[in-house]
Amino acid sequence: MLSGPGAPRAGARARRDWPLAALLLLPSLLLFAVWVFYPLARTVWLGLYETDFFGERRLWVGWEQYADVLRSGELRHSLWVSAAFTLLTVPTGLAAGLALAVLAHRPLRGITVFRTIFSSTIATSVAVASLMWLVLLDPSIGVLSQLLPFDVLETPGLLGRPGWALVAVSLTTVWQNLGFTFVLMTAGLQSVPDELYEAARVDGAGAWLRFWHVTVPMLSPVLLFGAVVLTISGFQSFGQIDLLTDGGPGDATSVLVWSIYDNAFGASAQEGVAAVQAVVLFVVVLVLSAVQFTVLDKRVHYG
Amino acid sequence: MDEPRGARRVARYAVLVVVAVVVLTPVYVSLVGALKPGARVLDYPRSLVPDSLTLETVRRAWSSGDLDRTMLNSALVAGAITVGQLVTSVLAAYAFAFLRFPWKPFWFGLFVSTLMVPTEVTVLANHGTVSSLGWLDSYQALVVPFLATALGTFLLRQVFLALPGDLRDAAAMDGLGHGRFLLQVAVPLARPMLGALALFSFLSAWNQYLWPLLVTNDDEHRTVQLGLRSLASSNLDELNLVMAGTIIAALPIFVVLLAFQRQLVRGLTAGAVKG
Repeated sequence: MLSGPGAPRAGARARRDWPLAALLLLPSLLLFAVWVFYPLARTVWLGLYETDFFGERRLWVGWEQYADVLRSGELRHSLWVSAAFTLLTVPTGLAAGLALAVLAHRPLRGITVFRTIFSSTIATSVAVASLMWLVLLDPSIGVLSQLLPFDVLETPGLLGRPGWALVAVSLTTVWQNLGFTFVLMTAGLQSVPDELYEAARVDGAGAWLRFWHVTVPMLSPVLLFGAVVLTISGFQSFGQIDLLTDGGPGDATSVLVWSIYDNAFGASAQEGVAAVQAVVLFVVVLVLSAVQFTVLDKRVHYG
Repeated sequence: MDEPRGARRVARYAVLVVVAVVVLTPVYVSLVGALKPGARVLDYPRSLVPDSLTLETVRRAWSSGDLDRTMLNSALVAGAITVGQLVTSVLAAYAFAFLRFPWKPFWFGLFVSTLMVPTEVTVLANHGTVSSLGWLDSYQALVVPFLATALGTFLLRQVFLALPGDLRDAAAMDGLGHGRFLLQVAVPLARPMLGALALFSFLSAWNQYLWPLLVTNDDEHRTVQLGLRSLASSNLDELNLVMAGTIIAALPIFVVLLAFQRQLVRGLTAGAVKG
């Protein structure tokens, strides 16, 4: 395509470019249409129906089902468990990642070995991490209960206690996320100019003051980004629940996605209820994404 | 910043070692469990230092969990998803960066909007689609829904837009059409981002849990995450097999990450830190 002296005007180029653009966008657009937009609409639609006793025919219920599910104790409970799970995993995860990053930031011989160790949990999938912790927490093998002097670790173990199961699942999640938070915070620290620390030192600020008045403010965009990403992934968590607790004991660890899975594919086969819960999850993620975009906008100002 | 000396240096090493031990404990315990003879597993933790090593447990976990088959499946599925995502997102990103067409902001917004729909929201309806296509227990079901990525399109578009503005014009002057410009100029210049994306796509696909659980039920198509799940549920009285399984499943990914650390950091922090 030549653009010489007789170069076409922008409007003409737009008209000439569009068939190629359509061709290039088509694969992605088709995939999104079939696997994102259509199922999203269908999920909203499925929420209007109820499956009959045999889990076969769909019966029209209408928007009433949305009202019913939104008012139900089950939804409120699973939303609360998911929220508690993110509260237990996000601040601790970010703090742990930041602590490791600060620890491994300054030059020291052999520091790369420690950096590799600290980022190593990135290599663990949710199944690997959960099962490694299943072994640690198992009261009959008793690795943790013999290393640490806490009674709650004895039979039935943390995972078997309604008040502690979510804490245990959160612990495995914080450990699994450690590699990600460490890498994220390390990248953040590297973008803080050394001169700021020098200036603070000249002003007589000690290590503690420098951390709170230089490091934390300079990292605030990264911390916010990490907080939103971890919160969204917290609300999407499923694998650790499926492997470690099956939502139990009772319904103590029945997070939102577990509840959706259980309603849709469990014994009760309440597809419509699961669909409404999925729509609720969508709204939650939508709100969190909106926060994320504002955060990303802010990042530009911080540079 | 200088390296610290004397007592402060020793103190820093001490703290680093303690923290490293805490971080590695879950891995170490599983590793020891995997290498000890089966019957000895209940000795924990009186013998966290193994007194006799054997590969017998690893061998039994390997066959009982069908780990070679499931890891091969995961590699095939994740590989296909990675290649597919790179192709679709390079094509779309090129259109958004270098072509003029009507309603561009709308189409771009449509792409970005898919980022706000997590797979957990659509699994129920997508399970219905897959089952009515007759795709349950098939590789298509594991691969096809994930062949497009708005994140990849977004990041590659950024890379393309950052290229010098008159690069395309100069290429056009040299008689380079869009096809050759894409393959000979744009893609090579985007190679670092492509590497990061490939790693990120592969890991995400390898780690998938809920979707494979819903659409596959047979041994033939089971991925490694589900292989571990069934290994755990059928061997709750023999956790040493589970320990061996987790170590085997984590090892190849750990090696991949060691080899591609730089791409990994770029991929994980894309969007968070200017790089």
